Amino acid sequence: MNKSNRTNFGLIDYNKKINFEFNDKAYVGFQGDTLASALIANEVKLIARSFKYHRPRGIFSAGSEEPSALVELIHKDYNEPNTKATTIELYEGLKAKSQNCWPSVKYDFMSINDKFSNFLTAGFYYKTFMWPSFFWEKVYEPLIRRAAGLGKLSTKGKARVSEKGFLHCDLLVVGSGPSGLMSAYIAGLSGANVILVEEDYVFGGSINNEEVIISKLSGKEWINFLISELKKLSNVRCMSRACVIGMFDHGNFGVIEKFDKAVNSKIDQMFWKITSKKAILCTGAIERLIPFQNNDRPGIMLSGSIRSYLNRWGVIVGKKIAIFTNNDDAYSTAKNLISLGINVVGIIDTRENPNINNLNIKVFKSAQVTNSRGKLALQGVNVMLKNGKSFYLECDTLGVSGGWNPNIHLSCHTGVKPEWQNDISAFIPGKNNISTHLKAVGAANGFFDLNQCFLSAENTVVQILSELNISIKKYDMPKTEEKSINIEPFWYVKNGNKRKWVDLQNDVTVKDIELAYRENFRSVEHLKRYTTLGMGTDQGKTSNVTGLAILADLSNKAIPDVGTTIFRPPYIPVSLDAFVGFSQAKQFKPLRLTPSHDWAKENGAIFTEAGLWLRAQWYMQKNENDWRVSVDREVNAVRNSVGFCDVSTLGKIDIQGKDAVSFINRIYCNGFSKLPIGKTRYGLMLREDGLVMDDGTTARLDENHFIMTTTTVNAERVYRHLEFCHQCLWPDMDVQLISITDAWSQIAIAGPKSRKLISKIIDPQYDVSNENFPFMACKEVSICGGFKARLFRISFSGELAYEIAIPTQYTKSFMSYLMEIGKEENITPYGTEALSVMRIEKGHVAGAELNGTVSAINLNMDKMVSSIKDSIGIVLSKREGLNLIDGPRLVGLKPKKPNEQIISGSHLFNLKDKLNADNDLGYVTSSCYSPTIESYIGLGFLKDGTNRYGDEIKVCNPLLNKEVLAKVCDPVFIDPNGDRLRG
Amino acid sequence: MIIEHPLLGPRDIHEFVYVGDASLLNRPKWDSEDAEQKFYEYVYLRKNPAGIHHELWFHQQGDRSWLVVSRNTLTHEIIKVDLVLNIVKEKTL
Amino acid sequence: MYYNWLKLIKEGFNNNSGWKKTWRNPELKKKYDVIIIGGGGHGLATAFYLAKEFNIKNIAVLEKKWIGGGNVGRNTTIIRSNYLLNQNEAFYEFSLKLWENLEKEINYNAMVSQRGVLNVFHSDAQRDSFIRRGNGMLLNGADAELFDINKIKSIYPFLDFENARFPIKGGLFQKRGGTVRHDAVAWGYAHAADRLGVDIIQNCEVTDFKFESGSCVGVETSQGYIKANKIGCAVAGSSSLLMSKANMNLPIESHVLQAFVSESLKPIIPGVITFGAGHFYISQSDKGGLVFGGDIDGYNSYAQRGGMATIEDVCEGGMALMPMIGKSRLLRMWGGIMDMTMDGSPIIDKTHINGLYLNAGWCYGGFKATPASGWCFAHLLAKGYSHELSSNFRLDRFKNGYLIDEKGQGAQPNLH
Repeated sequence: MNKSNRTNFGLIDYNKKINFEFNDKAYVGFQGDTLASALIANEVKLIARSFKYHRPRGIFSAGSEEPSALVELIHKDYNEPNTKATTIELYEGLKAKSQNCWPSVKYDFMSINDKFSNFLTAGFYYKTFMWPSFFWEKVYEPLIRRAAGLGKLSTKGKARVSEKGFLHCDLLVVGSGPSGLMSAYIAGLSGANVILVEEDYVFGGSINNEEVIISKLSGKEWINFLISELKKLSNVRCMSRACVIGMFDHGNFGVIEKFDKAVNSKIDQMFWKITSKKAILCTGAIERLIPFQNNDRPGIMLSGSIRSYLNRWGVIVGKKIAIFTNNDDAYSTAKNLISLGINVVGIIDTRENPNINNLNIKVFKSAQVTNSRGKLALQGVNVMLKNGKSFYLECDTLGVSGGWNPNIHLSCHTGVKPEWQNDISAFIPGKNNISTHLKAVGAANGFFDLNQCFLSAENTVVQILSELNISIKKYDMPKTEEKSINIEPFWYVKNGNKRKWVDLQNDVTVKDIELAYRENFRSVEHLKRYTTLGMGTDQGKTSNVTGLAILADLSNKAIPDVGTTIFRPPYIPVSLDAFVGFSQAKQFKPLRLTPSHDWAKENGAIFTEAGLWLRAQWYMQKNENDWRVSVDREVNAVRNSVGFCDVSTLGKIDIQGKDAVSFINRIYCNGFSKLPIGKTRYGLMLREDGLVMDDGTTARLDENHFIMTTTTVNAERVYRHLEFCHQCLWPDMDVQLISITDAWSQIAIAGPKSRKLISKIIDPQYDVSNENFPFMACKEVSICGGFKARLFRISFSGELAYEIAIPTQYTKSFMSYLMEIGKEENITPYGTEALSVMRIEKGHVAGAELNGTVSAINLNMDKMVSSIKDSIGIVLSKREGLNLIDGPRLVGLKPKKPNEQIISGSHLFNLKDKLNADNDLGYVTSSCYSPTIESYIGLGFLKDGTNRYGDEIKVCNPLLNKEVLAKVCDPVFIDPNGDRLRG
Repeated sequence: MIIEHPLLGPRDIHEFVYVGDASLLNRPKWDSEDAEQKFYEYVYLRKNPAGIHHELWFHQQGDRSWLVVSRNTLTHEIIKVDLVLNIVKEKTL
Repeated sequence: MYYNWLKLIKEGFNNNSGWKKTWRNPELKKKYDVIIIGGGGHGLATAFYLAKEFNIKNIAVLEKKWIGGGNVGRNTTIIRSNYLLNQNEAFYEFSLKLWENLEKEINYNAMVSQRGVLNVFHSDAQRDSFIRRGNGMLLNGADAELFDINKIKSIYPFLDFENARFPIKGGLFQKRGGTVRHDAVAWGYAHAADRLGVDIIQNCEVTDFKFESGSCVGVETSQGYIKANKIGCAVAGSSSLLMSKANMNLPIESHVLQAFVSESLKPIIPGVITFGAGHFYISQSDKGGLVFGGDIDGYNSYAQRGGMATIEDVCEGGMALMPMIGKSRLLRMWGGIMDMTMDGSPIIDKTHINGLYLNAGWCYGGFKATPASGWCFAHLLAKGYSHELSSNFRLDRFKNGYLIDEKGQGAQPNLH
């Protein structure tokens, strides 16, 4: 390993060697290195290939604005593509390889694209590939798709663990550079709750990249001092490796925090949602490039980044370094380099009279770099002087500075457009913040001088603290040397007609922008979309403003008149699993278990999902190997003897109050005002638009006490609807509601022997004879010697049946108790499948029929709707479209051949009609095999169905290639008179 | 989005269900002559402004109160949050 | 200018200096036969078909900002014709057929790519509902297949079959569904309409309508007053704002729908997949990014951005469907203004004002409807009565009870 291009200072621990591999070669780096700094130290210049032209790419920057040095990280069981070498903290055993090249980054087959660049300009694919048409899908597109794409996504590998957390604070400080540290310091000392968030793995921001003296301390010493002061304050939280990726409404921010692999290997990343009262943007500024011919070679990089590598990472990027600039900042790079004896071969300055000040370097004034040479690495540049003469300058590195863009990204996230500031030739955050929430300071607000950074932070924080009503405690203001950048706008070199890169990742050149303009893509957004400028993984951080300036130049307009580039979240690309956290796989949504779940599991239940619930679908006995056998057995058991089923998932709402009865009467479309105490009634609930929302029953336990049931799927919606009616429509009514779905367990006990069983369970003082507890009766009772329960005589199955409600916590023992006490009657537990078969046999509607598009008349329940009272939906239920004479009606369907299945989702047709949409008469909603009548049966909606009983129609399923002949009949297949119910 | 519940303080949007324009509070009389027209307008037609919008939110995961929120649909800034019960009471006074 | 590969090669040798404007910047006339307000996909398509199919000569498209800047440039690019109800299905199938022939029609490569749309389901009830839908598709002349789980495993092995909270039970597949390059649709229609003489006027905001004796006779704009015989409004999420100038309240709420794209990856997802246990849909663009989305945020918004809660919900749905997506990185997100109607289905109709026509209410279906919407709206404008396939999309259906409610949610836009 060559140590000659390392210095002894830098935030590097030379005692901690780190071994890593790049493109299968072994290298050594140190703790504190990024992959990029370690590669530079090892003189690896060629890192990747660009997206379109597959041109050689090196390291361009020192941060997350990196457009070129993209690698694929190879982890134990998955690969991580599109990773910027400049942001990867080096760790022991790191393996990386170049991406977007084959067979190697040195010899890339696809670099042939480069030869055809004139044909591969922006938008070329819109103008061709149209003929022959089938070629697009079979040939062109697969080729394009294979050529596109930068890295490969692993389909295997364990899911990574991401945590999520919430934080609250008075002040969120984004960035820990000079303004960030000062802001956190002043606010923290004054007692505000502060969270300081820093993207990098060290604090200090740009100060780490500079050779600077602050209040007599070196930059690094000053940072250490401030951080140690901040860490002493319990009201300040300092987070590093944490990036604010987005600003959202009402002071909410999203932050992704990564962890030092050496310290914590358990969690990969954490997603924080921070709610702040105020926030301050201290994100500094990002340098931009200057396009000139062939300005994309490895070795051409941002001048400030050269400084960063030198001061922060102690790495010297090259042996012969040239600088190309339009401002003073690049001179700091030159000065830093020569102070260490590094050869700076010249500064090419576009300005006429830059402030040189005894600099011992050759400065070429009013000069431009017009071209570069070197295939896989820079060898030299062409320089053109004011008088037009050109010469060749040998160099292995060119530091470019086209100016600095305040890093305003976050400030745009809530829709505030940035403003152009002429004196720095850049955009700063817009002043018209919608709320006074986020304020920008320091370089992020266009103050490039360090002293000014400190001052702007101070001014803003003081203002913020007063808005928060926090009194300001004393603090010391740091002092440092003044500088300014003195930029003179120079956006691109016009000389030469070879390609000049603006967006290094997506290979967007000045020519592309000119072409876009020529083709009338002249708004900023059109330019971006047509050329794909700024749409790579670097999100255009180094290229957007330059592209905009070139467009302005072509349009002969001032930059602010052309438009602005709005940034949107995320600030850096974020892996999706960070947003998911633990809500993966089985934890995707919660699991809701019924009160009888454990008992059911122990007794052979096979479960099915009903929304979030898990319900017993059937109970499989030992000798049963087909679900039909189990289900048929359960149905027969209920119809011949007695069975029980957990129906707790149905919504239950307790309604009480003087006006409860009038309230309920307005909720249901059928009459409830005369419901006697001790009776239950079926209720049909409409939406205000007149269509059926839900059905259920309501029991009147007492004068002012009702229990309403709803379907499982609509429990929440109906409850919300009731509260809406109560609070928003009729607040004067004396009525109170509460959901008791989870408090009470509800068990259906059904079958001809159910009364016998019930009388054994209910305490003796309650008479459950047919005379004293007729069909639809209800009563608060007690069971098992005093346990509170509620008994309802309602039936979904069509048999003599009851539902008993007991407090949830007794369910498991109640189940065992039922099995014990019902031995004589051969009691059988049944699941949702048998439940469903029986309700279909009885023609009861359920979720499949109540699909939100049916009216009472469709369900044959039009006579239930009362026109003499106000109820929800009554008015609009009368609309013409909902009352068509021959509209869809619920019917039963019985196949001509009993063993032919009526399949749900089939459509209905007259026998002689062709199968097309015009002849479509309806569809099958529910179906099952009925062991009771020994035939397949179905329910469905048929046009003019009630007038067609006895007609033969065809039940068609072209999707499954099936067609069945069936007879239209009354949907009630068994016991149409209801004798079994009332017996 | 954070909604400042008048009793419970700032709550995250996760706790709420959004229903729509607060004009839903003004349910027409069912037995008026032009009831069908009035109900049609009540149920279906909306101003849908780009600016201040008065809307109904239900605190489903909280105290189950209905709130009227005055919010700017262009900027999402929330200007006012009231309990429905308070608003309706004011009306009857 | 006519585009083809010969021209591409010729210009390649010519340093690309001969390319002309994709659409002109014409002088705004004082009067037009038809003005289309809205330079999005639907507005531009309408103008094209008016000129091409219905021979209308004097047409202008007025766009407030830059064409294609609204929802046509912000969607997740999916095309399909797998709607449940006949009134919708026939229309969307017509649209799909138009997509299939689009590039030739407009001489622009919109990258219409029919790589299939798979809707997976997770329960018996869902399966039944998809069977009903699949049958409806076949009855309306579209294509549909029911896939069992083995078939799905063979084409999409990376879906979660092992650890899912809601295991996949099967899927409904439409082979002819797929994706289209959305920007190219706007630019392509603009290019084609422009070649037929349509004036496309950007940076022209309509500030008011002019009425004379019950008819609409022109529009006031930021570039002056323009007379017109017929005015068609196709401004999607801004419909309520525009029509309020005609004193109309619409059965529409504008909502924000967020969409997302990941960093560019080598091809991994061949077609379009939608999740059945949550609202999530995904495809991979030709550039390699995974394009995906989910539900609207749920509250009225014109801000074109949403909240973190939605990002989390969408990503959760994505990982539940295909765990590998967890390792891909979100690169960009944006939001559009969706015109959600009270029954989830669109409106293409005349208004009660003579000369004023409305095309709005596209909910999640706007992009895939672009060609058919343009065609049918052009038909209505040209002939004065609805095309058969859009005859159900009437404004008065809400009053008269002829709702087209796919989801069965009723009059609450954010549930559609």
